[in-house]
Amino acid sequence: MNRIFLFLILGTIAVFASGAIEGEIQKQDLNMSAIVMFLIFVGGTLGITYWAAKRTKSAKDFYTAGGGITGFQNGMAIAGDYMSAASFLGISGLVYLKGYDGLIYSIGFLVGWPIILFMIAEPLRNLGKYTFADVASYRLRQTPIRSLAASGSIATVILYLIAQMVGSGKLIELLFGLEYEIAVILVGVLMILYVTFGGMLATTWVQIIKAFLLLSGATFMAVAVMAHYDFNFGALFSHATELKGIKIMSPGGLVSDPISAISLAVALMFGTAGLPHILMRFFTVSDAKEARKSVFYATGFIGYFYILTFIIGFGAIVMVFQNPQYLDMAKQAIDGGYPILGGNNMAAIHLSHAVGGDFFLGFISAVAFATILAVVSGLTLAGASAISHDLYASVIKKGKADGMAEMRVSKIATVVLGLLAIIMGIMFEQQNIAFVVGLAFAIAASANFPILFLSMYWSKLTTRGAVIGGSLGLATAVILVVLGPIVWVDILGNAEAIFPYKYPALFSVTAAFIGIWFFSITDSSHNAEQEREAFEAQYIRSQTGIGAEGASEH
Amino acid sequence: MNKELVKKIKENPDYQKLASTRNSFAIKLSVTMLAVYFTFILTIAFNPSILGTPISEDSVTTIGIPIGVAVIIFAFILTGIYTKRANGEFDDLANKIKQSIKED
Repeated sequence: MNRIFLFLILGTIAVFASGAIEGEIQKQDLNMSAIVMFLIFVGGTLGITYWAAKRTKSAKDFYTAGGGITGFQNGMAIAGDYMSAASFLGISGLVYLKGYDGLIYSIGFLVGWPIILFMIAEPLRNLGKYTFADVASYRLRQTPIRSLAASGSIATVILYLIAQMVGSGKLIELLFGLEYEIAVILVGVLMILYVTFGGMLATTWVQIIKAFLLLSGATFMAVAVMAHYDFNFGALFSHATELKGIKIMSPGGLVSDPISAISLAVALMFGTAGLPHILMRFFTVSDAKEARKSVFYATGFIGYFYILTFIIGFGAIVMVFQNPQYLDMAKQAIDGGYPILGGNNMAAIHLSHAVGGDFFLGFISAVAFATILAVVSGLTLAGASAISHDLYASVIKKGKADGMAEMRVSKIATVVLGLLAIIMGIMFEQQNIAFVVGLAFAIAASANFPILFLSMYWSKLTTRGAVIGGSLGLATAVILVVLGPIVWVDILGNAEAIFPYKYPALFSVTAAFIGIWFFSITDSSHNAEQEREAFEAQYIRSQTGIGAEGASEH
Repeated sequence: MNKELVKKIKENPDYQKLASTRNSFAIKLSVTMLAVYFTFILTIAFNPSILGTPISEDSVTTIGIPIGVAVIIFAFILTGIYTKRANGEFDDLANKIKQSIKED
């Protein structure tokens, strides 16, 4: 196993090196300091993977890093999962473009966390073992509930993966001067290495290191911007409004009507509480106490990060906007205005150059790459767990699979998901994928969250209700996204959207809850009777942790 | 968990206290968070100009900025309040319940 590992590492370096040489010939903006720093990161994380591989012996190690991650470490890892390259570059880019609207957006992403802590974290930790489907199916019938929960997880993971892979290919192409395909393959191969060999332990530490690097880099940028204005926010804002106008200081068009506002809020809040790769992190800590601390630290890191991205966005307005160094002249000649190289999402990257020169640009580029790697690894592990733990071990083997076979299936699933991610990353290069993250959140909010939440708190929930209602939520989310303005009008080219709102969550989540409620209360089967009776014992365990996984070790 | 144990824990006054105090505390905090956030987002939907009011007459900084940052800090403080109480008081109660089961 170790020999395969070394072989793959050498292979990866060879791919990277050959890509780098190729890039040097074809592209001018090859960034040496970025590549050196990135290689240091890859070398370090592969070292961690090697270390983790020796400690990953059982299925429990593979899925939950042995359950020994501390609350602080897990908080950092959760924050790392949440601070993807898309949210770092996307939110700072949105602030750069629209000012205050970027802050509104990031607040929406944050406020789900307290709710997760108050309602989800503790029962999840007390009832589950490896995946959130453990909790959803705790007292319901395994086969239908696991199948549905796994479908919801896999759909969320694959959509998220497509978005991350396409984004990463383009970003790396731009930052490192590598070919798009090589960039996508490189991300896919490294991710497969981390996950198959190092499991959750390697994935968690890669995520922690990356979160630390990202927070440090973002802090440096924000401090550098503020130092420029003697730490006077008023001076920064007034300079920014001189360049972009006073409108950047107030809410713009991000949320224009109340329905969209509430629907976006529902998607972000409940979607976060239904993301399989985030929920899975709660099983890596020893008990409910550490699970709570995880959310406390994660909320702090994420909130701090969003405040930084706000400053970074404004920093980019004053230092990057209208700066001839970052101006895309070819685009300006056609469209006018002041377009920046690589588009608005590159605002933070250009700012890193403006405040720290080539060296710091290299650092931030390497961090952005590391971010993508860490996030896709977490996603893939969650997807692979849904396949091996929910589908293989529970549905196909009816809970009788042995740990080693289960772990082998999850490694195979990781490789398959990794290859699928590479193929889809290449396939979707030229596609408009603006809808996929929204769709992932809508599915997480409408299928995963309602089942999970009601299984924890509603005694009358039955298998029939959960399956019909959850499927209804899933279908409604997908159909409304397809009929909505982004897919129906922007992608399919129709004149008018059949469903007028960009965010379907308000409707699809409501459909799921009503469906689950109605088909549960009208379920008079003998099975339903037993499921209702089993609630009491489940509730006691969720409240007290008596009988919880891993609790006996303390 | 067998039926007798379920019945026994259900009748344990510590358990009843734990379940009811924790639930009401968690609901209160959730409602507070939702109220703050929905007030914020619905103000933007219905009357965005409120948040666009400048802090002082000669300033371009709008009150929306400190309010937005305050919502972020508020969310963090709420998680701190819950974690502190749950890791102390609630866990102590849960441990007492576990102890009482072991004793028999």
